[in-house]
Amino acid sequence: MDIQSIHSILLERFGESVVGTQTFKAIDPWIQVSAASIGEVCTFLRDDPRLLFNHLNDLCGVDYLEPDAKKAAKFGHEPHVEVVYHLSSLKQRHQLKLKVVVPRWKDNVEGQLPVVPSLSAVFGIANWHEREAYDLMGIHFEGHPNLRRILCPEDWIGHPMRKDYAFPLEYHGVRGR
Amino acid sequence: MSLHIEDPRIVEFDVQTDEMLVNMGPQHPSTHGVLRLLLRTDGEIVHECTPHIGYLHRCAEKIGENLSPPQYIPYTDRMDYLAAMNMNLGFALAVEKLIGMEVPEKAVHLRVLIAEIGRIASHLVGMGTYGLDLGTFSPFLYAFREREIILDLFEEVCGARLTYSYITIGGATHDLPDEIEMPDGLASLIGKHKGERLPFLDVIEIFLQWLELRIREYHTLLTRNMIFISRTAGLGILSPEMAVSYGCTGPVLRGSGVDFDLRRDGEAIYTRMYKGYDFEVPVAPFKEAPREVALGDNWCRFYVRMMEVVQAIRLVRQAIPKYKAASGSYREPFKMNTKLPKDEVYLETEAPRGQMGFYVVGNGEGNPLRLRAKSSCFCNVSVTDQICQGVPLADIPAIVGSLDIVMGEIDR
Repeated sequence: MDIQSIHSILLERFGESVVGTQTFKAIDPWIQVSAASIGEVCTFLRDDPRLLFNHLNDLCGVDYLEPDAKKAAKFGHEPHVEVVYHLSSLKQRHQLKLKVVVPRWKDNVEGQLPVVPSLSAVFGIANWHEREAYDLMGIHFEGHPNLRRILCPEDWIGHPMRKDYAFPLEYHGVRGR
Repeated sequence: MSLHIEDPRIVEFDVQTDEMLVNMGPQHPSTHGVLRLLLRTDGEIVHECTPHIGYLHRCAEKIGENLSPPQYIPYTDRMDYLAAMNMNLGFALAVEKLIGMEVPEKAVHLRVLIAEIGRIASHLVGMGTYGLDLGTFSPFLYAFREREIILDLFEEVCGARLTYSYITIGGATHDLPDEIEMPDGLASLIGKHKGERLPFLDVIEIFLQWLELRIREYHTLLTRNMIFISRTAGLGILSPEMAVSYGCTGPVLRGSGVDFDLRRDGEAIYTRMYKGYDFEVPVAPFKEAPREVALGDNWCRFYVRMMEVVQAIRLVRQAIPKYKAASGSYREPFKMNTKLPKDEVYLETEAPRGQMGFYVVGNGEGNPLRLRAKSSCFCNVSVTDQICQGVPLADIPAIVGSLDIVMGEIDR
């Protein structure tokens, strides 16, 4: 099923405020979903007999920020963080890309992580993918049963995949920079 | 009068011992690298098995943001270092999809040939080390004898034995060699004298003929071995629903009875490579399986890998004449000052261990804005906790080994 018909099914079920008025054109087109309803949308996508998106291929965060002030004018994106969901159906053999756009920091207070609802109750693998996104990108997944760092050590400071991340000077006596 | 016990766990409750936390790894030899399993055990029975990963984390995704795509190819080698060719291929295809590059026909067949030999080499390690996990040493020696010849052949192709960086954006770095000296290992095995020069594709055919006969030996050594069956059959059962929910892919998914292979069902840019090739996708349950085997257990996962070797041999055989007949160059040149368009792609390919995905976001510059490597083993190992509950401690290596993980890919 192509993305236009999937979008019209979602539009009928959830309305414009959740899935937007149209899809975004790209090599892999996507649907932008409002952060609060991503859980319901994914549950619907998984269970609806026409769609059956039962496989979460990937979940990752993308940080849109140009830390270099000289290049920032040409960058072309407002600073924000996206959570990208790649879903596919092993039965219907189609795939879908969803995006959730959140500010870089919650309420624009630096250090307050943006909040996205967790999918760990919908897909088993979302548990680990969300831990990785929390660890590296600094996104707080609300309702996650075990939101701990997964790749970095537990006492690591900061989220390395953020564009403005500064590498620590030292870690347990090991020189960094 | 014999004592009949309804539920064997009741006996355990009667003689309950103190729970003990056991750290298995990160230096344990049978956890395939630096995987650390934190086991909560009651006597011999494991109640909880929590994998801890990240001991090999190099932040390969962050490195990718500071390098142009051709410079990043060597980093993909170091992800799944046992199947580096397939990793190169996955990343090269993703970038080609982003910049809309068409690959010449000759390069396509060259890639199929190389990728499928890489799959054989990878599954041979999977088989050999699984034997080691279960305590039998000989299959490992057989498997590495064969893998050694493949490494010799790859050395003739690109000069490296482990981290090839051979398949690159637009095709491959070199064409296949015309004529090579017969590798010493292969020459001594088939009774030819060393130093004989033969066409490269003929050497591959000689090797495949020899390997095909060996597969029966592996079945005697492991697949049909009574001890092997009792260690693997009916153990570590992963239901199809759970496999799909936990994002398991590759032999783990097909061992659970889900018929899905990206070479057949994937995106057009990837399936186009395998167009015109005739191959089957081995999926559990198998007719020839022993009685004790259950759907989705260790034995099924292992057997899917063994059958994939047979299919890979078929594919290589078909690729040789196609490569000979193909026109065009082995490579479409990639200009070093290419700017990645303001677009994004996600492409998964069927690597030996599962679906390896690369997500590349371009922003009008030479380096990508974001490069994400979705690892198949990362998803496969996340299911460990679910399938290791209530098994004896000695079966943990058997279950983890059957997932065939490579830590370089999990930690990236």
